[in-house]
Parts: sequence; structure tokens; C-alpha cells
Amino acid sequence: MLATRVFSLVGKRAISTSVCVRAHESVVKSEDFSLSAYVDRRDHPLPEVAHVKHLSASQKALKEKEKASWSSLSMDEKVELYRIKFKESFAEMNRGSNEWKTVVGGAMFFIGFTALIIMWQKRHVYGPLPQSFDKEWVAKQTKRMLDMKVNPIQGLASKWDYEKNEWKK
Amino acid sequence: MAPEVLPKPRMRGLLARRLRNHMAVAFVLSLGVAALYKFRVADRRKKAYADFYRNYDVMKDFEEMRKAGIFQSVK
Repeated sequence: MLATRVFSLVGKRAISTSVCVRAHESVVKSEDFSLSAYVDRRDHPLPEVAHVKHLSASQKALKEKEKASWSSLSMDEKVELYRIKFKESFAEMNRGSNEWKTVVGGAMFFIGFTALIIMWQKRHVYGPLPQSFDKEWVAKQTKRMLDMKVNPIQGLASKWDYEKNEWKK
Repeated sequence: MAPEVLPKPRMRGLLARRLRNHMAVAFVLSLGVAALYKFRVADRRKKAYADFYRNYDVMKDFEEMRKAGIFQSVK
């Protein structure tokens, strides 16, 4: 009677301790996001963790076989071990895609849409151009520049034929 | 896995080989661009200036401009 009383006390203590330890375990255990993650990256060829975290029974057996001599492993087993450790091979992770077509197409579409906006603006928002853009004004302006011999060596006046009074061919 | 054994790839000196090749290409391209610029731009411009000033008569030029009426100080 006394022994069982003592035992139940000890048992209670043991149970409550183990409950505390269990509770403590779930509080102290690291969250998944704070541990190293697996990545397929060219510049990180050997990640800290393997790709497959929870092995099936057959995979566990394979890992045991891996501890023995590797020449006893078949080709398929070697590939299976590789796929446990890594998600994509280098060739797979580096494969090209057709994304560039979407990007270029999308960019061209939006540039075209911008052109429509600008056309609308020219028609409905902007005022008239200054008179210095008129054809007659520009002609008089160019004639004056040629009279002044602006850039006579390689520039504007060098392209004008002063004898024949016309642009050089 | 493929039944035939692939040849062992280059394991070392990859960066050195890349740098060597890029150096060679960069050298050739730089020389080429410099030569092209020298002949097609610089020498052509020097010749244009020399040809212009060889038989240049500044007073004749001034008279033409004066007759065209661009000056305010002299008509």
C-alpha cells in the first residue's frame, strides 16, 4: 500500500518530467525555415541537406547498403541514391526555357500600348508646335546657316555645292 | 546510365583557360577597333581639314558672307 503510494508519486514525477521534456522539445525544436534548405544552384553544388528528408523503407535499406562496398551497388541503385540526395541534375537545372519569348513579347506589347497613349496625347493634350518648326521658317533658317558657312569642313556647309546652289550629290 | 564510358572532362584550369581565351579575343578586338577608328575617322578628318585649308582664302569667304547679308556690323 505504502509502496504503491510511493511508486505512484515517483511515477507522477516521472510522467510530469517527461511531459515537461516533451513540451520543451516542441518549443526548442528549430523551425524548418531556420534550418539550411536544399537548393539546386550552379554556385552551390553540394547543399547542406539532402533533397529527400523522410526516407521510405526501401530507401532506408538502400542507405544501409551504401555503407558497404559501393561496387556491390547496381546502376539503378546508384541513380536512386543520387536522386535521394539531389533533386535536379546540373543538366536539368541548367536547361533553357522559352521564357524569353514571353518577356520580349510582353515588352513589345506594352511599348506598343505606350505608343497609343502618346498618339492620343498629341491629339488631345499638346498645344501647337512653335512657328520655328514651319517648313518655310526651317528653309529660311537653313539658308542663313549656309550663308554663314556653318561647319564648312565636315558638317552642314560642306554638303552644299556653292557653285551650283544645290546640295552635293 | 549509358553503356559506353564517357571521356573524363577537364577538371582543372577552367578559369585560367577562360581568361586566356578572353584575353586573346579582347586584344584582337581592341586592336581592330583602334585601327578602324584611326583610319576611318581620325585620318579622314585630318585629311578633310588639310584639304579645306590648303587653298582657303579667308577674305573671299568673308566677302561671300557679307554679300549674303548675315553680318550686322558690315553690310
